[in-house]
Amino acid sequence: MRNYEVTFIVDPVLSGDEIKKAAETYKDLLKDEECSIVAFDDLGLKQLAYSIKKRNSGVYHKIEFESPTGAIIPKLELSLRRDERIIRFLTVALDKYGVKYNADKRNGLIGKVEKKTKDDPKRKTLNSPAKQTPAPAPVEEPKAAEPTPTPAKAEEE
Amino acid sequence: MASRDDIKFLSNPNIGKTQSKYCRFKKFGIKHIDYMDPDFLLQFVNAQGKILPRRITGNSLKYQKKVAVAIKRARHLALMPYVTDLYK
Repeated sequence: MRNYEVTFIVDPVLSGDEIKKAAETYKDLLKDEECSIVAFDDLGLKQLAYSIKKRNSGVYHKIEFESPTGAIIPKLELSLRRDERIIRFLTVALDKYGVKYNADKRNGLIGKVEKKTKDDPKRKTLNSPAKQTPAPAPVEEPKAAEPTPTPAKAEEE
Repeated sequence: MASRDDIKFLSNPNIGKTQSKYCRFKKFGIKHIDYMDPDFLLQFVNAQGKILPRRITGNSLKYQKKVAVAIKRARHLALMPYVTDLYK
């Protein structure tokens, strides 16, 4: 089994239902080709860093899937390329670390510590009597405490 | 007037000391670099959106290559700009 991840940007001019339908099309396409869908993510409307096809924003979707051979990829990319509703797409093969990273992200193990470490002294004074973040706190705290000059994102192995 | 005990050095002794560089991916055990996270990748580009060299970031070769690929993927998906000014 091989793991892949396809990210695509749907045209934001379409109505909400049409956007959903566009995303579902590819989910169904993958299912029909004996791929098992690991995760389907609607990342929502985002501002594009530069305009594509005269659009300045787009609705990001991400599908992570397992394919037995990978023969589906050319078919998937062809249909994405032909689709007028899709403004950009990217297919990526995932290695074992990528699979683990995505699984951890879904379970909320990976949080953003960058902002927290930046105002670390403030946080300590403000949050020490206040409530601690419940579940991911033990995972994130040691990272936040480390004196990183340019803080890295926490990723537990 | 300050007592003599306070005055230990005429100049700051830390001046001229260079902080040794390190690879943050090796140090913190980061194995996968997510291209969907432009805030993280922002640390590896300059104000024009160009990828910074290893000389400056201190990344090991293995992870510098992965960072470069992640930035290029982020650019393709319009999460990061190809060229700009005053980025950051």
